[in-house]
Amino acid sequence: MTKTPPPVLELCNLEISLPKGADRPYALEGLDLIIEPGEIVCLVGESGSGKSLCAGAIMGLLPEPHVRVTGGAIRFLGEELRGKTDAEMRNLRGADISMIFQEPMTALNPQKTVGWQIDEVLRLHTKLGKADRKARAIEMLERVHITDPASAYNAYPHQISGGQRQRVMIAMSLVLSPKLIIADEPTTALDVTTQLQILKLIRELQEEEGAGVLFITHDFGVVAEIADKVAVLCRGELVESGTTDQVLNHPQHPYTRALIGAVPALTPPPLKIASDAPVVLKGTGLKKTFAARGGMFAGKRKAVTAVKDLSFELRQGETLGVVGESGSGKTTVSRIVTRLLECDQGSVELDGSDLLAATPKELRALRQHIQMVFQDPMASLNPRKRVVDLIAQGPIVHGTDPAQAREEAKKLLELVELSPAAANRFPHEFSGGQRQRIGIARALALEPKVIVADEPVSALDVSVQAQVLKLLADLRDRLNLSLLFVTHDLRVAAQLCDRVIVMQKGEIVETGLTAEVFANPQHPYTQNLLSSIPGRDWTPPSLHVDVA
Amino acid sequence: MTLHMPPILVYALRRLAQAIPVVILIMIGTFLLLKLAPGDTVDALVGDMGGADAAFIARLRAEYGLDQPIWVQLWRYMVKLASFDFGWSFVYEQPVSTVLMERLGTTLMLMAASLSIAFTAGIALGAIAARRAYSATDNLISVLGLVFYATPSFFLSLMLMLVFSVKLGWLPVGGIKTIAAFYTGWDHVWDVIRHLIMPTAALSLIYLAFYLRLMRASVMEVADLDYVRTARAKGAKEGRLMIHHIMRNALLPVITLLGLQFSTVLGGSIVVETIFTLPGLGQLAYQSVVQRDMNTLMGIIFLCAIIVVVVNFLTDLLYARLDSRIELA
Repeated sequence: MTKTPPPVLELCNLEISLPKGADRPYALEGLDLIIEPGEIVCLVGESGSGKSLCAGAIMGLLPEPHVRVTGGAIRFLGEELRGKTDAEMRNLRGADISMIFQEPMTALNPQKTVGWQIDEVLRLHTKLGKADRKARAIEMLERVHITDPASAYNAYPHQISGGQRQRVMIAMSLVLSPKLIIADEPTTALDVTTQLQILKLIRELQEEEGAGVLFITHDFGVVAEIADKVAVLCRGELVESGTTDQVLNHPQHPYTRALIGAVPALTPPPLKIASDAPVVLKGTGLKKTFAARGGMFAGKRKAVTAVKDLSFELRQGETLGVVGESGSGKTTVSRIVTRLLECDQGSVELDGSDLLAATPKELRALRQHIQMVFQDPMASLNPRKRVVDLIAQGPIVHGTDPAQAREEAKKLLELVELSPAAANRFPHEFSGGQRQRIGIARALALEPKVIVADEPVSALDVSVQAQVLKLLADLRDRLNLSLLFVTHDLRVAAQLCDRVIVMQKGEIVETGLTAEVFANPQHPYTQNLLSSIPGRDWTPPSLHVDVA
Repeated sequence: MTLHMPPILVYALRRLAQAIPVVILIMIGTFLLLKLAPGDTVDALVGDMGGADAAFIARLRAEYGLDQPIWVQLWRYMVKLASFDFGWSFVYEQPVSTVLMERLGTTLMLMAASLSIAFTAGIALGAIAARRAYSATDNLISVLGLVFYATPSFFLSLMLMLVFSVKLGWLPVGGIKTIAAFYTGWDHVWDVIRHLIMPTAALSLIYLAFYLRLMRASVMEVADLDYVRTARAKGAKEGRLMIHHIMRNALLPVITLLGLQFSTVLGGSIVVETIFTLPGLGQLAYQSVVQRDMNTLMGIIFLCAIIVVVVNFLTDLLYARLDSRIELA
């Protein structure tokens, strides 16, 4: 031990306590982890596993005194970090240990320019003059492959794209060549093509600098892409660790096996829909432009085209996926076909009647046949209403006797595999996955022919996501529903959708059977999307575990 | 059309263009409202004279154009306003504009002093309270804020007067300067300041409480945001965090409130000026209502409307300058 250089980071028996009243006494218990120079170690776990608090503990940035390190050792280059003073930690932070955060939108100060924020690190830790600092910052912006670094230097964060902001974040973290880089879900908020670029960038810079990286993520695809070693956390305990190959392809612990078993494979389901089923939802020549904001006397307003000339058909019992990156117009499509958003041109036929031309009264009647499941199960259920009322509200509005509607709501809860005892509770008493089940029950209450689901599983952990997807597929088959499924996640689309529409900048670039599109993409954009899926070369081993 | 102007100038011109219809609407509205009230200038004049015969009253009305249909009166009034001619004050026997200008300075001084004290002390105390949230300091500041917030300014004025003028005799009880002292130079300045201390305190404390509460909430919110954590991860000290990352962002909602509240401060100055007999617009407004001095009253309202519009305009400009996210073009 004395002859080899010490590891960049060594966590021994680390223990972080939570305040009284939390769901468990310790956020982390007995965590051992070693990161050697030049190594990327992925810390994997679902929400609440304690992985972000681990980063906070190393940085000395836990929300003390409520949450604090109560045991174990944190050694950085052989030196104990626990017990260091605030001033000593400040000198390490940003210089020797730096951090890349998840949300590039909110992790940069909106009122300061990109250059100012990179400059701040140099001002805090070096004695360089103004001109030297600026040269250094611009050089760093160049190294993270920002085109035109000089103008990016003077830009405010809102003036550059999400991917660019994450590059700035990385530039800021690496400007002083830290020995340890902690990346906390650095690509989770990014589109898949951007994600791949950022992952490559982190790899490239880390290899140049020889730094150790602690990479926190919940996404096994990302792990397959970037990790040298993997450590899996479950509710604060390390359940498995080893090389990437060992953990991903031969997981031992049941929890790891369940997690990996829940990762959707990139192989689409076999085709089972006879293509002569009747068309239940048909969009023709849909177009929507948004006027940019502006008041009186604002002059000419710029218009943004969200959807231009889009047509599609959804047959009974079929799942049609709408995939694309942010800004491709996929959410706008889901709003137009449910007429939550008025569109400028085109028609939507729902079971033979024109939804867009319907009078308000006709529309109310038509709404029965098309229902939505929303992305955020936290925000889309009224927190002041009981579950039974949330579900029964639709039928009651449409004239069902309230008592009967509530009875049926309880049956629906069973259908979505929740206990009928849940009926009298409030949404906040449920987990994210359970809430999404309530959202599905609410949509089913009106016995619709079509369900439009806008990213219904994006906010969920991978194991919960698998359960909800399975439920949706079951219900679709049992009730002969048609699903319009909007998602950015190609793995999810591959698992559930019979056919897909690939959208880019408001237009369909490719459409076809999921199996065919995935196997043999024609359009360059689709090819690019598919080749950017993290861990696309890794096929999760079939482990035959029941994730439910 | 606006290709070669800097964005901030285009923005300013556009905001000014939006302000003109606002002022016109205010004037039409006020004119009509005042006409709805019973009694006019002639009634008040005749009342002062102890009565007059019907022919004389009719002649007076004709002379002032009060016999014309209301639309004609409104039109004439608006035309005169366009050239800043507010008419004649029958109570002060002077052009209204002269009366207004004499009073404007006092009110502006009172408001400037009150608002700047309320704003600076409010944000400072609010920031301190937020950084020590739930401590004894925070509790003390918050309770103090609540007390200021709950105390009506007329009550506060009278209590201040009782303590500092009547009991202690430290400060003058009213007016803007010591009459017949004929101070000059710095003595005069000091004299005016002494006269303004209590009115300023009475007017500013409630707004101080507003800004304090808003600033406390705003700082606490911003302090939890991701970019503050980022700055901390860069190794920034707490003081630096506070100035560059927290305050800079937390101030924005407070500045919005500052602009919105300016008009209520102007309203509040009527009460305070009346109590402290400060010769300002507020006191003048009160007297003009009592004496049916319609021309002066309309002049005051017009002037106040302009002041409020201008201040809102300046706040918008300041906000646009401070918030990089606002697109000017």
